[in-house]
Amino acid sequence: MHGITDNIMAILMLINLALTLSSRLATCISLVAFQGVMLALLPLFSHEGLNPRTLFLAGLVVVVKGLIFPGLLSRAVRDANVRREVEPFFGYGTSILVGIALLTISFWVGIRLPLPVSETTSALVVPGAIGAILTGLFLLVSRRKAVTQVLGYLVMENGMTAFGLAVVPEIPLLIELGILLDVFVGVLVMAIMIWHISREFDHMDVDQLSTLKG
Amino acid sequence: MTWDSLCAYVLALVVAPLLTGIINRVKAMFAGRHGQPLLQAYFDLAKLLRKGAVYSGTTTWVFRTGPVAGLAAVLVALAFVPLGKVPALVSFNGDFLLVAYLFGVMRFVTVMAALDTGSSFEGMGASREVQFSALAEPAWFMGLVTVIYVSGEWSLSPALAGVSSGVWGPAGSAMVLVGLAWLGVFLTENSRIPVDDPNTHLELTMIHEVMVLDHGGPDFAFILYGAILKLWTLGAFLVSLVTPYRTGMVLLDLGYGLAGMLILAMVVGIIESIMARLRLVRVPHLLLTATAFALLALFLVMR
Repeated sequence: MHGITDNIMAILMLINLALTLSSRLATCISLVAFQGVMLALLPLFSHEGLNPRTLFLAGLVVVVKGLIFPGLLSRAVRDANVRREVEPFFGYGTSILVGIALLTISFWVGIRLPLPVSETTSALVVPGAIGAILTGLFLLVSRRKAVTQVLGYLVMENGMTAFGLAVVPEIPLLIELGILLDVFVGVLVMAIMIWHISREFDHMDVDQLSTLKG
Repeated sequence: MTWDSLCAYVLALVVAPLLTGIINRVKAMFAGRHGQPLLQAYFDLAKLLRKGAVYSGTTTWVFRTGPVAGLAAVLVALAFVPLGKVPALVSFNGDFLLVAYLFGVMRFVTVMAALDTGSSFEGMGASREVQFSALAEPAWFMGLVTVIYVSGEWSLSPALAGVSSGVWGPAGSAMVLVGLAWLGVFLTENSRIPVDDPNTHLELTMIHEVMVLDHGGPDFAFILYGAILKLWTLGAFLVSLVTPYRTGMVLLDLGYGLAGMLILAMVVGIIESIMARLRLVRVPHLLLTATAFALLALFLVMR
């Protein structure tokens, strides 16, 4: 019975869709934070169940992805004093169509991939993970703002976490903590970088960086 | 054909105008007004039917056919749609296609009648109506395919009856998504608020209303009644989706369905009170999102 896992994965895919069409930076930041929290809760309902190790890890991920990351990012947006819109390269209509296409691809691929997925994981985890990775990639290439690129990177990380959950039943605690630290440092560095970019150039449109003279 | 299906059909014909009264009453309560009488739609219909019709010299028989053919189409469509878990009057394999295109016929004759007047406003409304309904169709069909896949039936009544409490357990998230997608289609097709404001009286902003500006008297009564029955028919899809099971007692089943329709009317009233209308360019986004929901639901049940 994978009732709760299935529902969490469905919510995860809905957040992916919502990310492709929401136009406000603040909404995007809270959506990504929510996605991270949902994923952190996933191991609690899987085969391992409740034990001190999973509880500790879930609590840590909730704090880092649910509180610290959105805090850092929204602070960067506020301090950088930019327009609070996403400014995508594509229109929102196209973005939704791309979101639908990515969803289709992730299901098509996720079901056919010959992965050593354990019997105990729900069949939705692999499509959901691939969907999140693809959506993150799409957000990375299709948005103008530096903040949305951080968000795309975080969505990709969420997808990989879900993927790991499906394929490797038990990741050692040390490695999980290491990954979390890496992501944390990554977001921290990028938040600082966003602040520097906006202080230097009065905006944070990354496509304008390519015209800089060295 | 059974007696309770016939009762459900007659019930729909009699009670449907009440839904608009309930929607208006809920909106009035939110605004702190007393609002129109609950039976206002009946009074309007009675008043219009007593009047005579005026036809412009530039219109042809197309203009006069529109209202009658539209009402006829929706009356036939109503016979195929179950109310709650009470089966429909008629059903055969694949009847959902017929229902979808009966609504298509209704739209077509309304649009033709609007274009026949030669008014540029009506042409604009017709263009919007056709654009939005073309985008609403995939969402509606994807949801229907999901329901058909879950229940394994190829006809509307058994398919929607198959979505019982047993299905809501394992495929609950998919059914919620179908419900949301259909709610989007329901609001679009009936020109309710996030898409069109039924209270607006500025031709530039209207969609459905603007197409029927030139109809008067009994013709307008037919159009009004047709729109009300369309509201009921599309609402019956949603209500049938969420009704848990059939009790077997005629009165109780009909009561279930009726209560569902009244609650749906209240939900529409609440949505209209707390939401602003979308800009016209945002409406396709809403419908694409509804399609995405329905597609996700289909993937969730098909995996």
